[in-house]
Amino acid sequence: MLSVLVGKAVRAASRLRGGGSALPGLVVERIDPGFMGRALTGLQHGVVVVSGTNGKTTTTKMVVELLQGQGLTVFTNRTGSNFTRGVAAALLGDVDWRGRLKADIAVLELDEAHAVHFVQLVPPTHCLLLNVLRDQLDRFGEIDKTTRLLAQIAAKTTGTVVLNREDPRVASIASTVTDAAVTYFGLDESLRSTFPSDDDLRGSASVAPPSSLPADVVLESVDGNSASFLIDGTASRVELRLRGVYNIFNAAAALTMARTVLGVDARPAALLESLAAVEPAFGRGESLVVDGNPLELVLVKNPSGFRLGLKSFDPEGCATMIAINDNYADGRDMSWLWDVDFDSLAAAGVDMVSGVRAYDMALRLKYEDVRTAAVNTDTTAALASFIRAAQGRPKRIFCTYTAMLGIRRDLSRITDVKVVS
Amino acid sequence: MMSKGTINILQLYPREMNIYGDWGNVLVLKQRLVWHGYDANILEHNADGEFPADVDLIVGGGGQDSGQIVIQQDLQLIAPHLRALAKDGMPMLIICGLYQLFGNYFKTHDGTVIPGIGVLDLETHGGTERLIGNVVASSDEFGDVHGYENHSGQTFLGPGLRPLAVVSKGEGNNSKENHEGARHLNIVASYLHGSLLPKNPAIADFLLEKAVTRKYGSFEPGDVDDSLAELARQHAGSRPR
Repeated sequence: MLSVLVGKAVRAASRLRGGGSALPGLVVERIDPGFMGRALTGLQHGVVVVSGTNGKTTTTKMVVELLQGQGLTVFTNRTGSNFTRGVAAALLGDVDWRGRLKADIAVLELDEAHAVHFVQLVPPTHCLLLNVLRDQLDRFGEIDKTTRLLAQIAAKTTGTVVLNREDPRVASIASTVTDAAVTYFGLDESLRSTFPSDDDLRGSASVAPPSSLPADVVLESVDGNSASFLIDGTASRVELRLRGVYNIFNAAAALTMARTVLGVDARPAALLESLAAVEPAFGRGESLVVDGNPLELVLVKNPSGFRLGLKSFDPEGCATMIAINDNYADGRDMSWLWDVDFDSLAAAGVDMVSGVRAYDMALRLKYEDVRTAAVNTDTTAALASFIRAAQGRPKRIFCTYTAMLGIRRDLSRITDVKVVS
Repeated sequence: MMSKGTINILQLYPREMNIYGDWGNVLVLKQRLVWHGYDANILEHNADGEFPADVDLIVGGGGQDSGQIVIQQDLQLIAPHLRALAKDGMPMLIICGLYQLFGNYFKTHDGTVIPGIGVLDLETHGGTERLIGNVVASSDEFGDVHGYENHSGQTFLGPGLRPLAVVSKGEGNNSKENHEGARHLNIVASYLHGSLLPKNPAIADFLLEKAVTRKYGSFEPGDVDDSLAELARQHAGSRPR
């Protein structure tokens, strides 16, 4: 109990200083390793872990809002602080002084490696495994290693494991699950070429043969922001506020998880209504207003994400900036930029290239014959001159994680940027 | 402008051996050929496929352990042909996983010996530690070489084989010596991704010059602006390991 008070005090102090969302979590983990397990055990609907290489933050947000729409009180780690200590920090804000959590269910986004650590402490009742795409190879070495990490999450899951049947690495995890039930989400045949698996990124453009696995929710078709889902054999069309085809596929994942948690209590019409209302997570297709025109932030961190981002947003009539950093959280290796096709930007060109590795990006565009108007490694200066030069036009910024944090900070000085805490 | 000729670039096993941006090397060779006034064709060789007859330059990349198992048998089938082409002066760029397999053997951590194809006199031992990070190495032929390594194999060159470069930042072939990559005939072999060629245009032009000269007798370079590559090299060199 003392640890809860100490943790809460550190949390209050670090918030006064205006930063360090994970520090109090680190402190409480150190002085009371059992804190998280005690707080999360005994929730009526259990603990959901969401992991995978792409789309964790937005998918977690969707699952949370779908369950809230069904009247559940949901605990989650909203800040995108997806290490174990981030969960502990978020818990400190929500537990009472005895360390009890007033929630029906916890829905937690966890980084692939930290999830393995977390499930040792708190075996989840459900897990949702999204995909294994080449990302952070500088941390994990190989994507097959990432698959093994996700399999360890599934192995510790006591109730149901929800898997992406279209990703061969994720689908293969089913054969390793012994104790839990397995449910899938999937894509209609017509959409499968839009979401290449990692093996289809380069080389012969063959897509793996269609899956014969049954899926609880199938994304049938996408037209702009309008999507059709096949749920339990019934097709429903939804107009979404989320942008990006990858987010719309992950909506099928979130629907499957919500239906799995709620079972026969799930009310389909209310689920779809909640889904339609979900706003993008910060920096993930988030739309701001600058000089009376929309400015979109699109987080890109690996080749598949960047490809789908380029596919989702039409460059026509829009000013484009790309900001590439190589800090630890972004990944230090620039090789991934060469696995992205940039030809869709060839007609409109790119107005500004920035970030620590701006010249790597500019060089990449040069080899794709994409015209670049300006390069500036100083992101603050680059953003100001981009906004000035693109006055009167809608704007879009593709940025890596740490570049996105800096750009949001700069933008908050000139426009309304939602604070995420 | 009239094309000065056509070069056929062969990518080895693009599906299995292309883990991290190795495509960038092929793209750079193709575009620089165009900028130098030549045409480029990109060909592929996949496991169980027919090896194309008309090839001027060979590029091979890195794969995961699972990818290396898939191609193993096919690589042994085409090995005599690759050895003959190498001896005949065929320029080759061989990166990471295929670099290891172009050697004599790869001995995994548990003692299993995977035979290589002996194009390069080197051997590789599976290690427990993964060597990951930015690399800067210096070469008499190509100046500073910039790239990014990510491997657990420890590679040792035979007595007759020169390293591509001497490492000043990073590990390179192994954690004991300061050697990175290998140079033999017209082959450039390396652990470095990045991709390697975009930030090292001198290596790209070396391979192109060999390919064009071998086919047409002489290479007439065009005027290529490498100022962006130079700036990218400067920034890469200043980054942490």
